[in-house]
Amino acid sequence: MVVASANPLLTGGVGTGPALHVPDGFLSIPVSLIFWILTILVVAAAVRVLNERLSERQVPMIGVLAAAIFAAQMINFPVAGGTSGHMLGGALAAIVLGPWAAIVAMTAVVAVQALLFQDGGLLVMGANIFDMGILTAVVGYGIYRLAAGRGRRVRLGVAGVAAWFSMMAAALVASFQIWLSGSADPALLFPAMLAVHALIGLGEAGLTIGALAMIEAARPELTRAETVRDRGGAAWVAAGLAVAGIVTLLSPFASTNPDGLERVAADLGFAEMAQSGLTGFFSDYQVAMLGEGALSTVVAGLVGVLVIFVLLALLLRAVRRVPQPEQIGR
Amino acid sequence: MQSSILDRYVTRESPIHALDPRVKILVTLAFVAGNVLLPDGAWAGFALALLLTVLVGQRAHLGAGFAFRRSFIALPFMLAGFSVLFAGSGEILAAGRVGPFDLTVTDGGLLRFISLMLRSWLSVQMAILLTATTPFADLAHALRHLRVPGVIVSIISLMYRYLFVLVEEAQRLLRARAARSAALPGRSTGGSVAWRATVAGRMAGQLFVRSLDRSDRVYQAMVARGYRGQLLTMNRHTMQRADWGLAGRAAVALLMIQVAGRLI
Repeated sequence: MVVASANPLLTGGVGTGPALHVPDGFLSIPVSLIFWILTILVVAAAVRVLNERLSERQVPMIGVLAAAIFAAQMINFPVAGGTSGHMLGGALAAIVLGPWAAIVAMTAVVAVQALLFQDGGLLVMGANIFDMGILTAVVGYGIYRLAAGRGRRVRLGVAGVAAWFSMMAAALVASFQIWLSGSADPALLFPAMLAVHALIGLGEAGLTIGALAMIEAARPELTRAETVRDRGGAAWVAAGLAVAGIVTLLSPFASTNPDGLERVAADLGFAEMAQSGLTGFFSDYQVAMLGEGALSTVVAGLVGVLVIFVLLALLLRAVRRVPQPEQIGR
Repeated sequence: MQSSILDRYVTRESPIHALDPRVKILVTLAFVAGNVLLPDGAWAGFALALLLTVLVGQRAHLGAGFAFRRSFIALPFMLAGFSVLFAGSGEILAAGRVGPFDLTVTDGGLLRFISLMLRSWLSVQMAILLTATTPFADLAHALRHLRVPGVIVSIISLMYRYLFVLVEEAQRLLRARAARSAALPGRSTGGSVAWRATVAGRMAGQLFVRSLDRSDRVYQAMVARGYRGQLLTMNRHTMQRADWGLAGRAAVALLMIQVAGRLI
């Protein structure tokens, strides 16, 4: 995990960027689907808000800034012993663009990284967008909004805090996704992910502070108090603080007391999912009522195949209704 | 700079390249979902899945080992899966104590670890083939057909278009930093780690500011050339018989992988 994000452009040396681009295979179908649904809901809301608020010319701006976030992830700095750190940029994007635009920009970043560079999977893309785009926007903007209009040192300090929490929130939720998919040992996963990202979060904080200081100096109008407040309601503050609070309470618990975590999961009914993990529907790929044996395995297999085909059929339905491209020119 | 290192598309004339991108995206997703559904230790299923990636690579005139050679990109994350070794149950293969952790490797854990690695590695290979056989404009166009909101597709397309420009910009910033960071051998340069992070942050901020200005000019230039809110591709993208045929054959292949994985 220390050898993190496989950004293909970071050649040479070991990158200690955020280890949040989960590849395909690590998350179970139920976990992938749940996070796809959550992500689609939030991104659809973001698109609606942007369509209402943005003039047409801001679409290229978000696109170019998404490319800038991608390129900014190449800018690394030496940490120690040949390792280097780089930024994720979700919190910075949320501070500079506002939460809705940042969610869309980070969605584009995660999608292009997965589609073009296989940095992060396709089936798990919903989960990756949720962690790196949505959570970072909630925490980054929510916390920073508190400091809008305060003095420069306070603003930059709070931006750093927001960046650190955004990284921790993403790491915590990513760990949950992996654990609920049965792809890691919680006793190792949580302490490792959280400890590594507590450090990476410090890097993110430093990078965000530096970047914001530069942006404020060059374009002070971007972070004027009213502009910042206009980009999202006060509910973001509550959401951001709530996520930060959950991170603060849950991180020490999850990393020192995995047994407690298992107990809570059992109480909440997650335990089955974490245990059987990979399908979540059947324990050990057998259907409980049929008992153990070849028949049970075959039925479980067929149900699995059926699930794939129903998903495919639904997707194909979407394909058949082809939207006509707009008429261009006259 | 060599922008070509960014583009993963490989120009070839092949039946796979000619396929409708929607089919390719859906088959890739179904392939990945199939891998995730395969039970631990379904070796026959994994072997067939590998065979399928090899066949696709060959049909695409990329060579059988193409996806394999590029697939190591996802290796770093596999360290995360390493911990699953210690989570299984069953016969104990090895045990030890590392720091505060009691670690026990069981055959169940080993089985799950190897299966996890295979699932992830096979999925990455198919995704690599998708990217290598489909120009990015076609991928974006297919996303539009698959009901991804137009704003998102426009932003993704624009991002792709400007990736190359801004990566070059970032490399210029990095070269400039390297040029002003001379060091005597054996002595460290610059300040603390925090200072270095802030300097890198200022470079990232510089990149942001420059791209804000640039996006304005970009937009003007695009409107002048007839941009109406979406990028266009010369490919018509109507589903042909060959596309349906391949979708059907792919469905059969994926079914065979599932059945083999469970029965053998």
